[in-house]
Amino acid sequence: MTTPGPRAAYWEYVDSLVLATALGTALWLIYTRRSRRGLIALSIFSLIYFGFYRKGCICSIGSVQNLAMALFDNGYAAPVSAIAFFALPVAVALFSGRAFCSGVCPHGALQDLILVKPLKVPTWLEQGLSVLPFIYLGAGVLFAATGTTFIICQYDPFVPIFRMSGRTFMVLSGVALLVLGMFVGRPYCRFLCPFGAILKLAGTVSARRVRVTPDLCTQCRLCEASCPFGAMRTPETGRPAPRDLPSERRQLTLALMVTPLLIFAGAWGGLKFSPTAAMLHPSVNLAHEFLANQGKPAPTGALSPADLELQRARQNPRETLVASAKVQHRFDMGTTLFGAWIGLVIGAKWISLRLRRTRTDYEPDRGDCVACARCFDYCPNELVRRGVISPVKEPATTTL
Amino acid sequence: MSTGASSGGPVNRRHFLRQGARTAALAGGGVLLGLLVGRTSARGTVWQIDPQKCVRCGNCATSCVLKQSAVKCVHAFSMCGYCQLCTGYFEPAPNDLNTGAENCQCPTAAIRRTYVEDPYYEYTIDERLCIGCAKCVEGCNQFGNGSLFLQIRHDRCLNCNECAIAKVCAGDAFRRVPVNQPYLLKAISH
Repeated sequence: MTTPGPRAAYWEYVDSLVLATALGTALWLIYTRRSRRGLIALSIFSLIYFGFYRKGCICSIGSVQNLAMALFDNGYAAPVSAIAFFALPVAVALFSGRAFCSGVCPHGALQDLILVKPLKVPTWLEQGLSVLPFIYLGAGVLFAATGTTFIICQYDPFVPIFRMSGRTFMVLSGVALLVLGMFVGRPYCRFLCPFGAILKLAGTVSARRVRVTPDLCTQCRLCEASCPFGAMRTPETGRPAPRDLPSERRQLTLALMVTPLLIFAGAWGGLKFSPTAAMLHPSVNLAHEFLANQGKPAPTGALSPADLELQRARQNPRETLVASAKVQHRFDMGTTLFGAWIGLVIGAKWISLRLRRTRTDYEPDRGDCVACARCFDYCPNELVRRGVISPVKEPATTTL
Repeated sequence: MSTGASSGGPVNRRHFLRQGARTAALAGGGVLLGLLVGRTSARGTVWQIDPQKCVRCGNCATSCVLKQSAVKCVHAFSMCGYCQLCTGYFEPAPNDLNTGAENCQCPTAAIRRTYVEDPYYEYTIDERLCIGCAKCVEGCNQFGNGSLFLQIRHDRCLNCNECAIAKVCAGDAFRRVPVNQPYLLKAISH
């Protein structure tokens, strides 16, 4: 009998190295070359390598779950590549924004490349949907930390496309998102991606940021509608009209006061939700099946996988129930925290909508910008820098 | 008059907050990484089937994310009885003890039966044809020595974050094993 060695082990280091190189290249293309064309090339490379060649199964989006599971499960150690795929993009985002999203992530690259005619998502919808990634992140961590399932991997829409096979639901959601993605810029990145949520937070406090213009913003407004991902922000005084000031203050106070209530309500709701969520765990599910089928005769003849599983439980009833109770206990804690997290996310979003910021230039939002470099092409100063157009001469002020 | 509302004020405060948050995030991330790296095994893990726990339910053939499962049947020759009437090879009530498809367990004819000497036959698995359905494994376990068993073949396995077969494994037989010992083999000592 042959025992071929694990391919996977060797690839861990190759993948981590390719990731580091791709991130470095992305940073260089965004900040030094300021080249959209370069980023397209990088996107195609990432799509082919991380997507179609590596079949999307070493990916930063899912690595969050490996880390969560490694932290809470003593029997599991996260692989080196999972740690690298989590830490490198976050570290880059803390200093230089979401370079990972721009052209290294195969999911982002795929959606970026198929975008045909971006439509503007209404602000209320965009703001409302933008809390989803954080909730999805919380759910992913909850189910990974309890050792239940990696939902982010299970419901990943693009991996079936990279693999050219998959469960019907996954394939359908992938195709649907691709069709949607032709008209709405990066729908998965903006409204679902849990890793994008982490990078968004990291990007918000980043040291360096993506700027539309290479030097000076002349406020020509040419870039105003250039961002297909709704990340462009317009200049603001940061100060409301005196007449609006009291009502704005009231609304902010309301948001600040309601947020703790939301957190408590979420925690309460989460605890109520615990038994339902725990049913996704195989041990709990098996214990329920076992209790439901107690006293019924064992099936005979050809046994289905479910029958065989039940048989395993019947041989060891005590162990089955103890394992289930342990998991249930973990879930009580986990879903409470998850509920509180949902409350916090909604509250924080609400508060952020009530804040005013001072902004003098047209600039992409630090958190929302995926550094795709599209807006650069719209800036006349950028075109001057590239030598596409010549700088406007000052009108001659010669004396007559 | 106070000069608190000078134009530099709020920008500096924001800058300070941002830097503080960044430092906090880095420190938190560092602690997290330290915790994880301390626990990560030097060379990582891969998925494998524990043949002692496998209940031959057939999910391996259908649940793998690969079109043809990464799970294949392997044969521990040291355990094999080289039976003429191999219950892993033949149907429970074969019409005849020959290689006719109607007599065989294997749906893809992946088991090759070769004559050794009377009354012994050798059975080898053609891994290109095997789909990991475990029909032969069940047969071998019922009446034979259990020398046929399922293993994840690591030249095919993608080592997914979450193994799709492990999720539905009826015997709870899937587990992560160290990379330097990637197979859980059956063998008897002589």
